[in-house]
Amino acid sequence: MDIELMLKVYPFFLEAAWVTILLSVLTAILGLICGTLGAAARLSRFAVLRFLGAAYVSVFRGTPALIQLFILYFGGPQIGIQLDAFEAGVIGLGINAGAYMTETIRGAIIAIDKGQREAARTLGLSSWQATYKVILPQAARLMVRPLGVNLNMLIKATALVAAIAVVELTYTAQRYIGSTYKPFEMFLLAGILYMIIIYVTGRGVAWLDRKVQIT
Amino acid sequence: MGLDFSIIPKYMDIILLGVAWTIGITVAAALLSFVGGIIFAVIALYAPWLIRQPFRLIEWVFMGTPLLLQLFLIYFGLVQIGIDLPAFVAGIIGLGLHFAVYNSELIQTAILAVDKGQMEAARTLGLSRTQALRKVVIPQAVRAVIPPIGNNMIALLKDSALVSVIGVSELTLSAQRVIGKTYRPFEFYILAAAFYYVINLCMEWVQRKIERRISVSR
Repeated sequence: MDIELMLKVYPFFLEAAWVTILLSVLTAILGLICGTLGAAARLSRFAVLRFLGAAYVSVFRGTPALIQLFILYFGGPQIGIQLDAFEAGVIGLGINAGAYMTETIRGAIIAIDKGQREAARTLGLSSWQATYKVILPQAARLMVRPLGVNLNMLIKATALVAAIAVVELTYTAQRYIGSTYKPFEMFLLAGILYMIIIYVTGRGVAWLDRKVQIT
Repeated sequence: MGLDFSIIPKYMDIILLGVAWTIGITVAAALLSFVGGIIFAVIALYAPWLIRQPFRLIEWVFMGTPLLLQLFLIYFGLVQIGIDLPAFVAGIIGLGLHFAVYNSELIQTAILAVDKGQMEAARTLGLSRTQALRKVVIPQAVRAVIPPIGNNMIALLKDSALVSVIGVSELTLSAQRVIGKTYRPFEFYILAAAFYYVINLCMEWVQRKIERRISVSR
């Protein structure tokens, strides 16, 4: 193992790790927004919205994220969408993650007992109030852990943007594998950084999960 | 540049060949991940401590890093140690090992969930520990995990697009090749997405059939 080489190149990996973190954060925010809208649509009173929500989930979970990225980044200009690679990465991965989060959020909401809504309505709350004051606070507790799983997947999925040449961890590893012919060393550098990011995020989610549980 | 889907038929043969490769790679990697998953699960649960612990570490690394990065390691790493495999073999190995780790997690839980009495009864009947595992415990565990493994296999289909990056001419790379000639990325990536979607729907349909069959026979 070429430790000397690893010490020489690791600052570039650290820099790339920040790009991966930034990508992950932005993607997670967009994913949560899309997921919330998707879940609202899937649980809507209106059949059209329910259909659109279901179609969103089915199409975006049913095709590879890599292809979705390529459609957006390479195909976008043909339909008037010009994005740089980083923007395309965030938007593409965010919409993709949103489809998975839609199911997570919807699952948590429908897991709340029906009697809760009925009781809230009986007590004189409007349908809107019942949703926001009774159902969602309870559902939010159930969501933390599965959303954590989505987040874990999303962080690893940010590696895909290497294919559209965003200089994040995987792209950096790939480039250095190409120039140094030391795949194991480069994998180790990038892998350790990924595992640190995932470990810290996992701990954060576990902490949040403990925090929101009623003891 | 507007959209023009009418040029698709001309390049359909290249795309269809890509579809065939995608299906082949997915099936091969799925089989590898299934067998590998069972082996990994048995190692993780029953191997001696000295084997089990490093093995767990490897599992942990596989679950904590992106598949794309693992594919680069396997493809270029094998070359470095003098094993020059064709890209598609490296792709199948990479996908297969990655999903074997995820399958192994499921199978471990299922093995632990099989009633202890089953092992005890099998031992009482004179089967060795290995025989009891192979003939009594694992078949029951595997049956219980078929539905969630189905989900993993559907994920595997979608992740098979990643092997295009190491140069395997499956559906994604075929689309890329055609785009190189036609400069029509939107049309051909949409076409590729449509094929993935259809294969995905077929797999979901099979999965539902199998699930129904299992639940009936229980």
